[in-house]
Amino acid sequence: MRKAWGICMSVVLAAALAAAPGYAKTFRWASQGDVLSFDPYSQNESFNNTFNSYVYESLVQYDKKFDVVPQLAVKWEQISPTSWRFHLRPNVKFQEGEPFTADDVVFSVHRMLSKYSMMKSYLAGVTDAKKVDDLTVDIITGGPAPVLLRQLTDVRIMSKAWCEKHNVVEVQNYLGKQETYAVEHANGTGPYILKSREPDVKTVLTANPHWWGKMEGNVTEIVYTPIKSAATRTAALLSGEVDFVLDPPLQDLPKLLADPNVKVVQGEENRTIFIGMDQARPELLYSSVKGKNPFKDLRVRQALNMSVDREAIKRTLMRGMSIPTGELVTHQIYGYDQAANIIPPYNVAKAKELLKEAGYPNGFEVTLDCPNDRYINDALICQALASMWAKVGLTVKLNAMPKAQYFAKINKNDTSLYMLGWAVATFDAQDALLNLVHTRNGKGAGEYNDGGYSNAKMDSLIDAMQVEPDVKKRLGMIHEALMMHTTDVAHIMLHQQEIPWAMRKNIAVTHSADNRLRMWWVHVN
Amino acid sequence: MTAYAIRRVLQALVVMLVVGFVAFSLFQYVGDPVQLMLGQFATPADRLRLTHELGLDRPFYVQFYHFLVNAVHGQFGVSLRIGKPVSVLLAERLPATLELSVCAAIFALVVGIPAGVYTGLKPNSWLARTMLSLSLLGVSLPTFLIGILLILVFAVKLTWLPAFGRGTVVHVGGWTTGLLTKSGLVSLIMPTITLGLFQLTLIMRLVRSEMLEVLRTDYIKFARARGLTDRAINFGHALKNTLVPVITITGLQLGSIIAFSIITEQVFQWPGMGLLFIQAVSYVDIPVMAAYLCLVALVFVTINLIVDLLYYVVDPRLRVDRPGAAGH
Repeated sequence: MRKAWGICMSVVLAAALAAAPGYAKTFRWASQGDVLSFDPYSQNESFNNTFNSYVYESLVQYDKKFDVVPQLAVKWEQISPTSWRFHLRPNVKFQEGEPFTADDVVFSVHRMLSKYSMMKSYLAGVTDAKKVDDLTVDIITGGPAPVLLRQLTDVRIMSKAWCEKHNVVEVQNYLGKQETYAVEHANGTGPYILKSREPDVKTVLTANPHWWGKMEGNVTEIVYTPIKSAATRTAALLSGEVDFVLDPPLQDLPKLLADPNVKVVQGEENRTIFIGMDQARPELLYSSVKGKNPFKDLRVRQALNMSVDREAIKRTLMRGMSIPTGELVTHQIYGYDQAANIIPPYNVAKAKELLKEAGYPNGFEVTLDCPNDRYINDALICQALASMWAKVGLTVKLNAMPKAQYFAKINKNDTSLYMLGWAVATFDAQDALLNLVHTRNGKGAGEYNDGGYSNAKMDSLIDAMQVEPDVKKRLGMIHEALMMHTTDVAHIMLHQQEIPWAMRKNIAVTHSADNRLRMWWVHVN
Repeated sequence: MTAYAIRRVLQALVVMLVVGFVAFSLFQYVGDPVQLMLGQFATPADRLRLTHELGLDRPFYVQFYHFLVNAVHGQFGVSLRIGKPVSVLLAERLPATLELSVCAAIFALVVGIPAGVYTGLKPNSWLARTMLSLSLLGVSLPTFLIGILLILVFAVKLTWLPAFGRGTVVHVGGWTTGLLTKSGLVSLIMPTITLGLFQLTLIMRLVRSEMLEVLRTDYIKFARARGLTDRAINFGHALKNTLVPVITITGLQLGSIIAFSIITEQVFQWPGMGLLFIQAVSYVDIPVMAAYLCLVALVFVTINLIVDLLYYVVDPRLRVDRPGAAGH
């Protein structure tokens, strides 16, 4: 009996040993917010999009250098100025067994363009998708679309048959009374399968054994827990209850770095932080200056620009984790121009001189609007700016508020001076220029030009780059526009922020400039 | 009795309506969910459409009216954040909050009453003095600080207890409970202490002062004169007479434990209604906020109603229906 038991045990042990290498690597991680919905078109929130990308795949994806590489499409070509042909990957199956074909792509594009979809902006310019044969599909655009491929990285493909079977052909309507099947169920072609979902508690995914690709990382199980409280998140990492924290609070970094079991990986985010000024109204809403608008005067904008001590902000507030900048977009973005990255030397005397020339020898009073829970140290930076501008004579009243209220306010242009940060989702400078610098026209341009900067020459440049098929000419236009943005001080650029990711020592990740954790590159050692 | 009860119920309804109305008027200032749902690249047309569909462009009293009509039909809408019906979400979270609240209340009673009796009986002993000064800490330290201190000591330094979450829960019918698993019980310890500490000190100080009061009364002296044991006097006579205010306070405090578990739930990522509310606030999830605030109002109003009706049972003066009797 005892002998039989021994044999039994050794068999079990051997089986366990055989299975050990590369198996059952569980990766437990946390950040502040939870996954919202597994219907990939029902919310457009960066973290939610990231999480959905573990299950759902797109036609194309980014590699580590943010170049577009194949995913569900193996190759593509432009067959006319307004249509692109995609050749799909053969023999791909959805996780529940449905074969992946051109019908699914056509269905997904239509679904993403449908009434209740929140992801339409990723298909801006796209009018239709047409099946050519089972593995070929054409994407039709209204005009030339130079950033189409980059947009498509976030167009996740769902199964037509699955959606029809579960009655989720329509995207969820939030005025409806019921949740839809797709909120807590998912069926993509991706490397991970949604195993269980408890909102605000735990979401578990396991590796898809039938995935078409070869995983670079080795995570076989993902356990995600949202932890709202920053201190608790840090504690959970220190105690080893989670392996990875996406958003460790800056003030806890010294404590994390001091722990021998924890490491911090820092990377530059593709986001710039800057200050916008109301340059449209004849009189500022929140200022002591009456009858005229000081920010319309280039000299005032220049004075404010040169009285910002970006190095001091970097040193004291950002603990070294920022890169002072003078350009609208960061170096990871297509179109970035080293020449346009001009940071004016910090010069209080000259700034005072310029203000005097502009007719404000004693400065003026203005309110600075600022979020306090959106960017790293946002409200603190605004505080610092207020005191820096006080040195050249301005009286800056600080108005800091949570992001939920903040963006609703400044988007109505209900501001005179405001902070904004911009990460270019498509990694092409055109997006930043179009949204932040182009005159707002109600047709998609200048949506975040909350200061109302308007320059006819700039507008025509941005309009032209959107339809320019010649790559070199287009790049020249982007450079010219970025330089104009810098010399015109359309915004007071502050810095590019560095984002820390904190993890246990045995974890290896690839930091991404868009702050997305790409699970297929994660190693648990 | 009936008239009294009806009057009380009607008053409760008015309170609920006022709470709902005030809540809705505040929602004008909490921000814009559309921005968060559509992301930064949405077109203005899309944003306008969604604002209109969600009814956010209507005046708040119109929104409130629709909320009421739907609420009467048992419909509280769908969470804008996680796309599930609000009633389902609240029902899912209720067990976590109730379990934590009840545990915290029991903890406060089980530790608070004996401690109060002891400090009342031996006011000058060093142990009583220590307990009293510690109780000052319990009253004055903010809840989140206590929670984080506990986490630092027991989760990070000693790694005895989990820093967050509810552990493994067991589904019993429509209820989820953490009381049946080891990890569930272990997870309960720190949140219970954090949430119950304030009530504990309150009860301890209340029992202590009542004990000191009662021990000076004549019937205790007579009891001693009769030669009863200390035990019979202290627990059979003195403690019994201190309990009436303790029960009243505990009952009323249960409501506030449930309502104010928000902070404890946030610190420990305890998946209850408070955490749901906090997440809803940061996402401007108006359907969840509205339903939660009304639910909390309902809890308070119900407890008050029960207490009021108990007064009626206890206090014979209220039974005489005379003018002005309700104005106690």
